[in-house]
Amino acid sequence: MSDLPLIQADRAVPPPATPTTGGRRRRLRLLSRTDRVVITLMVLVPLLLVTAFVWLPAAATVVLSGTDWDGIGPLNEIDFVGARNYSDVVNIYPPFVPAVQNNLLWLAVLFLVATPFGMFLAVLLDKELRGSRFYQTALYLPVVLSLALIGFVWQLLYSRDQGLINAVFGSSIDWYGDSNVNIWAVMVASGWRHVGYIMLLYLAGLKGVDPSLREAAAVDGASESRTFFRVVFPVLRPINVIVLVVTVIESLRAFDLVWVVNKGRNGLELISALVTQNVVGEASRIGFGSALATIMLVVSLVFITIYLATVMRENRQ
Amino acid sequence: MSTATATRRTGGEADADAPAPRRKLTPLRLLLHGFLIAVSLIWLFPIAWAVLTSLRSYEYTAANGYVSFGGWTFDNYVTAWRTAEFGQHFLNSVYITVPAVLLTLFLASCVAFVIARFSWKLNLILLGVFTAANLLPQQALLIPLFRLYTEVPLPEFMSDSELLYDSYWGLILINVAFQCGFCVFVLSNYMKALPRDLYEAAMVDGASVWRQYWQVTMPLCRPALAALATLEVTWIYNEFFWATVLMRTGDKFPVTSSLNNLRGQFFTDNNLVSAGSVLVAIPTLVIFFMLQRHFVRGLTLGASKG
Repeated sequence: MSDLPLIQADRAVPPPATPTTGGRRRRLRLLSRTDRVVITLMVLVPLLLVTAFVWLPAAATVVLSGTDWDGIGPLNEIDFVGARNYSDVVNIYPPFVPAVQNNLLWLAVLFLVATPFGMFLAVLLDKELRGSRFYQTALYLPVVLSLALIGFVWQLLYSRDQGLINAVFGSSIDWYGDSNVNIWAVMVASGWRHVGYIMLLYLAGLKGVDPSLREAAAVDGASESRTFFRVVFPVLRPINVIVLVVTVIESLRAFDLVWVVNKGRNGLELISALVTQNVVGEASRIGFGSALATIMLVVSLVFITIYLATVMRENRQ
Repeated sequence: MSTATATRRTGGEADADAPAPRRKLTPLRLLLHGFLIAVSLIWLFPIAWAVLTSLRSYEYTAANGYVSFGGWTFDNYVTAWRTAEFGQHFLNSVYITVPAVLLTLFLASCVAFVIARFSWKLNLILLGVFTAANLLPQQALLIPLFRLYTEVPLPEFMSDSELLYDSYWGLILINVAFQCGFCVFVLSNYMKALPRDLYEAAMVDGASVWRQYWQVTMPLCRPALAALATLEVTWIYNEFFWATVLMRTGDKFPVTSSLNNLRGQFFTDNNLVSAGSVLVAIPTLVIFFMLQRHFVRGLTLGASKG
């Protein structure tokens, strides 16, 4: 799955106004022993699951990135090698630089083209046009398809011998195979989905803007674009941050599409695909793959922190 | 009040175009419609093209090219279904998706209830731990998890691999662990908006915490649960990465990940590829069109203000 939903405080309803009576101590005394056992279980079981399957592996990845483990030998033969894996990744691993470039390119295209276009469509669709429902449905239809499937759907347009694009333009470009163009071809397909997604998130945000703000701006004689950039856009700051973080994390997690095309080789290198190749591929270089994975982890944690800070602040208001 | 407001809100959103007052069609508005129609058609085109291609015979398109008209047939679907064993793969997806979604919603609602019901300081940390887990890149967990899966034994009646690796159980667990965070976040926000008097009343009646959760909170969360269920079914059905790396036996792959194995079989025949793609897309499209309101609401839950 590769979706990052809009996680945001449910502001459809005002937060409960009633202050908690009594505070912690009294509340605890009100709970019977059974209640306390039930509460502990209700938290502990899911917490153990998430810890065991997400957080411990994440921590182990960081530890392994400092070792020379080959993935086969016993764990007690592991030697710590400091930052060697990281220097190897940067210095003697040819696909690393293209992968970073591709990830950055991915981010740039999503951020500079797909995201603004999605936001622009959301602004247009917020005008309560007739037929708005049809437009919305058409635009977010791709969002329900998996990225793996999208790779196949676009192959029908991109294929060299049987694809529509070459048939119409009389060209003979192998859009998925040619390492000069395939990253762009894949990004068009990925942007196709991303636009609808951002449109959906942003439209929901726009619907939440207090109408009186716009009315006030209209009374003051502000033009529509001025109203948007000076009044609406600043009010939507939390959503803007969320859309930004969603875009960054999506481009970092991009994987399915390149994996179905050619397992992330030959022009389609991405960090996520390199990690996977190093683990399930023929050569399992654990420490090395872990170093790559740790890089991903660190970048994502920075943005997750921004995300959580924004979301929680919204939550408390 | 909360549930009522929330439901009415989505209801209004769904038929927003119906009661819209007739506006004068100024040239600018006409231009706007023209633009939106064009974009919509471009967006629909790849899917429409896949459907169109899937309905034509390979012989016809090979002879006349794809930019032609004719050669209508349904055979691609029959061939694709048979060669790719879609029946089996769809069943595998069901085995994984249904338990995973139910378990995710159950566990997430438990945590969310505790976070929303009590105002302990730890709750914020708990919420952070769960929410952040949903946002990590899967590949960052892959190496230790892969090793863990190949080490943990399962009894044979649970999986013929006798390991967590290459078993439905393993996939269900990782999907639940990964998806819990999102559901905890949405549900705890939803539950926080429920009036607290409910619990006061329940406690006066002597209801235990479990009964407060199961008989007071959960019934009120039905709209949120419906939205999340719709979304999670789509996501777990669409999940590609975990099954690709944590499964080995071809017959056991869920539909989405089995796509990768189809590549070789369908390689030379685009019409078959498109029939296969349409088959895989059908469940999500059906869910989407039947439960569109829930789907959209799930993604944007709570994004609309007052």
